[in-house]
Amino acid sequence: MLRSKRSEYTTAAILMAPFVVIYGVLFVYPTVKMVQLSLTNAPLIGAGTWVGLDNYYRLASDRLFSVAVWNTVYFVILSVVPSTLVAMLVALGVNRLKGWTQSVVLAAFFLPYILPVSVVFRIWSWMFDKDFGIAQNAVQLFNNGQHLSIFRTIPLFMPAVAFVTVWWLLGFNVLLFIAGLRNISTEIYEAAGLDGASRWAQFTRITWPLVWPVTVLVFTINLILQLKIFDQVYLFANGGRVGATMVMVQYIYLAAFQVNKGGLAAAAAVVLFVLIVVLSVLQFQLLKARGAR
Amino acid sequence: MSASVERGADLTTPLASRRLARLRRFDLVGLAVTLITLAAAVLWAFPLYWGLVTTFKPEYEIVRPGVQLWPEHFTLENYLHVLLQTKIGLWYVNSLITSGAVTIIVVMMSAGAGYAISQLDFPGRRFFWWMILASFMVPVSALIVNHFILMSQFRLINTLAGVVGPQLVYGPVTVIIYKQFFDSVPKDFREAAVMDGSSELQLLFRIYLPMNWGVTTALAIITFIGAWNQFLWPFLAISSEDKMNITVGITQVHDAFGVSYGRDLAVAMLAAMPVAVIYLIFQRRVTQAIMLSAGIKG
Repeated sequence: MLRSKRSEYTTAAILMAPFVVIYGVLFVYPTVKMVQLSLTNAPLIGAGTWVGLDNYYRLASDRLFSVAVWNTVYFVILSVVPSTLVAMLVALGVNRLKGWTQSVVLAAFFLPYILPVSVVFRIWSWMFDKDFGIAQNAVQLFNNGQHLSIFRTIPLFMPAVAFVTVWWLLGFNVLLFIAGLRNISTEIYEAAGLDGASRWAQFTRITWPLVWPVTVLVFTINLILQLKIFDQVYLFANGGRVGATMVMVQYIYLAAFQVNKGGLAAAAAVVLFVLIVVLSVLQFQLLKARGAR
Repeated sequence: MSASVERGADLTTPLASRRLARLRRFDLVGLAVTLITLAAAVLWAFPLYWGLVTTFKPEYEIVRPGVQLWPEHFTLENYLHVLLQTKIGLWYVNSLITSGAVTIIVVMMSAGAGYAISQLDFPGRRFFWWMILASFMVPVSALIVNHFILMSQFRLINTLAGVVGPQLVYGPVTVIIYKQFFDSVPKDFREAAVMDGSSELQLLFRIYLPMNWGVTTALAIITFIGAWNQFLWPFLAISSEDKMNITVGITQVHDAFGVSYGRDLAVAMLAAMPVAVIYLIFQRRVTQAIMLSAGIKG
């Protein structure tokens, strides 16, 4: 018995080892180092001296950082709210379809989600192209018949990137909603239909209460995901006035790789890190509370 | 079926005829909703179609005013040009190598760790499980600065191994999913195999993995797609054109093509092709894996 226990430990050690090593070296260690680095004035590569919380004070007074935080929050609002609502509507529509029509329609909404961001960027740069983009036909209607360079017009930048992001990622949310809708048994609707419940009553009394938890899940997943926005903003803003459309991860990138301030970049990263962990814990509590009920 | 029974009975009473009217209106609303859904699907897919169809047009047709849904002169010139004149072939190979390596390492280490946590008893088991659950919440993109420092200490910046490394921290989700599936394998299988003298490792490879082959495929597919689509880290880790992934290469070496809408889009379509094809072939597996990683068992 003792011998088999020991062999069980050995097997466990062998199986856990790769994961523990990779996890320790690439996750735990960098996280600890990030906090440490944020308390020094080190450049990206090289040693620095301890400066306490100076980097954090600097962030608090840095206008560019507050622009980055504000833009990130603005982007989150512009992308998360519509993508949750539109996904629910689409899921309700798709869920009514049957058989192959359902698969085809679902694929139409889902296909953009699996594309790399650079492909999405190329497609929408072409759609909105100032000279030859097909979307300029719509832009003209709102701009006195003139073409407009959407991604070079600062007030339009974030809404446009959010729009593209909603197009890109909607399929994921639709999928989650459909999973939620499929869990509602059709018998409930049949019973409600026999009792003469109107379509609207069926939605507000049956569908909505049962889909509400999925809505919370979709909303919070997207919220956490979009706080980490970088790729689209970087690609669409490249070559323009980057400062005006700065987001948080981009600020980290700028501080670390362009002005070579490792300590400051790490401090910004810690702020983002804490923000997301706090939101994730809240999400976890929210979902757990739901599960317990 | 129940509707037709009801309809038969409805004709007798005024109350039932009102219900019949409601049933008709119901169908009309339903039809409208269906049509709107179909229209929205067409609209949603249109940018993809428009991007694709543009690649088959000669440049003079692309810049012609007006909306032309099908090329007048179908051409593969854009594809030929980018395949022959850019390093796209090399970027493809780089993407395949790095995404393949990420997939194999993540799936193997997660299956091992998932099995150990699910089936074996060892000191620290609960500790590791809580660590894995907690790391679910951690934003990897906040670690870019320290990943860069770490990789440069290992002298892995601007190497393919350096691209792979930090992407391995997306592993915890895979461990969680494996653990859940291994938990639900009936104990009878295990006991029978232990009686036959199988070791723990044999149990994993002969029973637990084969019984969950579908999960492994789903996880492998989604890990591969995720790695292929990575942008931020490969973008930071690689500076020389020869070592770029395709997602980075097509955005960084733009000027090399000269300004050409057709070629820009052709190169994008080539970059998208592998993941699009994988998705269209394994549609069910991909959706299953996505729901699993979002915490919904479906």
